[in-house]
Amino acid sequence: MTDPISLTAVEAAAALRRGELSPRELFDAYRQRAAADDTNSFTWLADDPTTAGAGGFGGEDRGVPGADTVLAGLPVAIKDLFCITGVPTAACSNLLRGYRPPYTATVVARLQEAGATILGKTNQDEFAMGSSNENSAFGPVRNPWDRSRVPGGSSGGSAAAVAAGLAPVALGTDTGGSVRQPAALCGVVGLKPTYGTVSRYGMIAFASSLDQAGPISRTVADTALLFQHMTGPVDPRDATSIGWGGADELGLPTAERLDGLRIGVPVELLGEGVEPGVRAAFDAALRRAEDLGAEVTDVALPHARHALAAYYVLAPAEASSNLSRFDGVRYGNRVDADDLVSLYTRTRHDGFGPEVKRRIMLGTFALSSGYYDAYYGRAQQVRTKIVEDFRAAHEQVDLIATPTSPTVAWKLGERVDDPLAMYQADTSTLPFSLAGVPAISIPCGLSEGLPVGLQLSGPVFSEQRILEAAHALEQAIGFDGTPALGLDAVTDGGAANGGAA
Amino acid sequence: MIDRDTVLHVAALARLDLHEDEIEPMARELSAVLDHLETIGELDLDGVAPTAHVLASESRLRADQPHTSLPREVALDQAPDASDDGFRVPSPQA
Repeated sequence: MTDPISLTAVEAAAALRRGELSPRELFDAYRQRAAADDTNSFTWLADDPTTAGAGGFGGEDRGVPGADTVLAGLPVAIKDLFCITGVPTAACSNLLRGYRPPYTATVVARLQEAGATILGKTNQDEFAMGSSNENSAFGPVRNPWDRSRVPGGSSGGSAAAVAAGLAPVALGTDTGGSVRQPAALCGVVGLKPTYGTVSRYGMIAFASSLDQAGPISRTVADTALLFQHMTGPVDPRDATSIGWGGADELGLPTAERLDGLRIGVPVELLGEGVEPGVRAAFDAALRRAEDLGAEVTDVALPHARHALAAYYVLAPAEASSNLSRFDGVRYGNRVDADDLVSLYTRTRHDGFGPEVKRRIMLGTFALSSGYYDAYYGRAQQVRTKIVEDFRAAHEQVDLIATPTSPTVAWKLGERVDDPLAMYQADTSTLPFSLAGVPAISIPCGLSEGLPVGLQLSGPVFSEQRILEAAHALEQAIGFDGTPALGLDAVTDGGAANGGAA
Repeated sequence: MIDRDTVLHVAALARLDLHEDEIEPMARELSAVLDHLETIGELDLDGVAPTAHVLASESRLRADQPHTSLPREVALDQAPDASDDGFRVPSPQA
């Protein structure tokens, strides 16, 4: 019997459906590794005796999914930003520490209906605000490739858990790059779908016009498998959700060639700040694409360089409004006071971490009387220009390629005192977020022994084309993720201990 | 440049208490970030329509049908302080 950890999610789900692998066996294999984790990727694990009633196998005591379901018991790690009935959900904030939601996010419920079980909740930057997972009330996550380095953020726990073989697949969220950038820094695959294709109901809101749930996995096909069951019909509980056929319309990718595919490279996103090693791995990936038959050309995104400024007005503005609900009245933790306003202000002072406070202040300022037009109004106009840039670019090319992150994973603590340096980690992902288009990050090589991500993006609803191209490139590149996986046994047939200490 | 008075004004709008030793660093950090955001002031954006949502061009309404909502005891269950029928807070007149 092969070590179940070494199976891809597609392979594991097939083995579960055929009855060659039991859901309990697969769950226990990952649960055991996750319990022995030294990357701090999880904030809570299912089947935890201290959370009886909420933490039964698969969460919510739902019982074991049948072999007649597609995922048939595949364990999924869920970012702490998603509500699951009775399961501790804190968005990694002290303000919500201990909160047990009375409802489950639609995307989680859809995965459960497809047969997924909940393995645990993963660490993240508080309220998804950060690019290094150092803004977590549950402590930073360590990168499985080098434990002195950050995993990226904000879905750092989800990316690290998948990279380290603690979960077969994970759910993350991406507002400005929070699925793609940690996937890149941890050497795994991450997809930010077209805005609206996955319901946001039950996903704690950061910036509602940008937030989107996305899968993180070790292979492109695994990301496709998860995404098939995340999307679906319009969710009446999310007015911005867009109905899509899910598994009926999206297939698992099989492409081996890229003949006729036009890939555009925006020069605006390859300027200063891109490390030479990242550039080299990116250029090598483009040559692979040409070898497979793609045509690589330059393309212009003239307003992309303004995306950072527009994003850091729009996202904090929306956050300052969304986070007003955390006032110590209906849920979460409270600091008692004699008067109501002091109850609000002290609760928020003690509950929020420094970066969340900074963004609430920034957003409140940008929306305040006298500054609204100069900041929020202009940022929305810049977003229009960026949307137009992408539309024009896609009249010339099918897909757009960039490095996902201008750098590889940096040292823990290196940027914590410099918010701007931290914000600049997302320069390559932000324009795509503002345009609302889908984008994937796949590992395309190493620089200084650390993973480099390739970002591939297309027009809205072009997920299938992106997944096919990413799959063909993945096969051609042959990235080796085993150093982070800690599974020496994978290549020689598998051992039962799975590396759990 | 964000000064101390602006920080205190915005913090009051945001219902956020700041301790004395947190005010000056907040002013400095916000100023640094805002300086960087000034680049969007350089663009000629006359006549450009704002984009609030990329794909949601119109608000959809669901059918106006009655349905059961969260039971009261479930809604109150996670409150820091709840009485039998509501969320308890200090009197706004206090």
